[in-house]
Amino acid sequence: MKSNLLMNFSVDKENKTVNVKRKFNASLSNVWSAWTDAAILDLWWAPAPFKSKTKFMEFREGGKRLYAMVSPEGEERWAVFEYTSISPKTNFKHSSTFCDAEGVPNSDLGSSYWDINFSENGDSTIVDIAIKRGSLEELEKIIEMGFKEGFTSALQGLEKILEAKK
Amino acid sequence: MKRDIFQAIADPTRRAILVLISSTALTPNAIAEQFQTTRQAVSKHIKILNECDLLEEKKLGREIYYQLKIDKMKEIDHWLEQFKKIWEQRFDQLDQVLMNLKSKENEI
Repeated sequence: MKSNLLMNFSVDKENKTVNVKRKFNASLSNVWSAWTDAAILDLWWAPAPFKSKTKFMEFREGGKRLYAMVSPEGEERWAVFEYTSISPKTNFKHSSTFCDAEGVPNSDLGSSYWDINFSENGDSTIVDIAIKRGSLEELEKIIEMGFKEGFTSALQGLEKILEAKK
Repeated sequence: MKRDIFQAIADPTRRAILVLISSTALTPNAIAEQFQTTRQAVSKHIKILNECDLLEEKKLGREIYYQLKIDKMKEIDHWLEQFKKIWEQRFDQLDQVLMNLKSKENEI
């Protein structure tokens, strides 16, 4: 089933942040579980045909989630989340770093910093995500890896130029 | 050497050069005058931008003028679009998961 729920997607160039906001026709507690329970998270986190495979997940402040995105060919791209702050059913924050299967970070790629807000809106739930990256250089390397996950942008007016040239 | 377009925008000076040459063709000297850096440094940036295939070269007399190939910049837009699609797909999958959670609740 294809959803018609509106998604907001924007890039804040100055702050090197991507903002994604989406409404879900579900209760706050179910949406919270879907984001914080490894078994449920693996059901939807990887865009098909990729599969998400969580090796371990300790959802607590200071805890980590080590997981891989697995391609149909079986290729694994590992990343580790480190939870820095958790306010149940309201917000959690974590870093995300590419790593190997043992969780040893690939320091070349830096980290992204996620801030995820949950709020009730009648019968639905709004999830508001801000993903911040350290620098564009990191983005460049991620692109070279061919893995389009994790993101920052400081396109500095380039979008404006593109608009003007359209 | 063929470079990725994202190498072009990874550096603030290069981004500024792209902005400069987006509307008018400029000579390397004219570009260098806009920056508090050496002519050599600017030449290096121009070389990289050229390798990213972002520059249109025009020769007028003895001077070379550079202008931005605007179509190339659209690759960045395209990439953003891909990134957005990943999120859309992910959320469509989450909708499905949430629906299943709900129907399980109703069974109890």
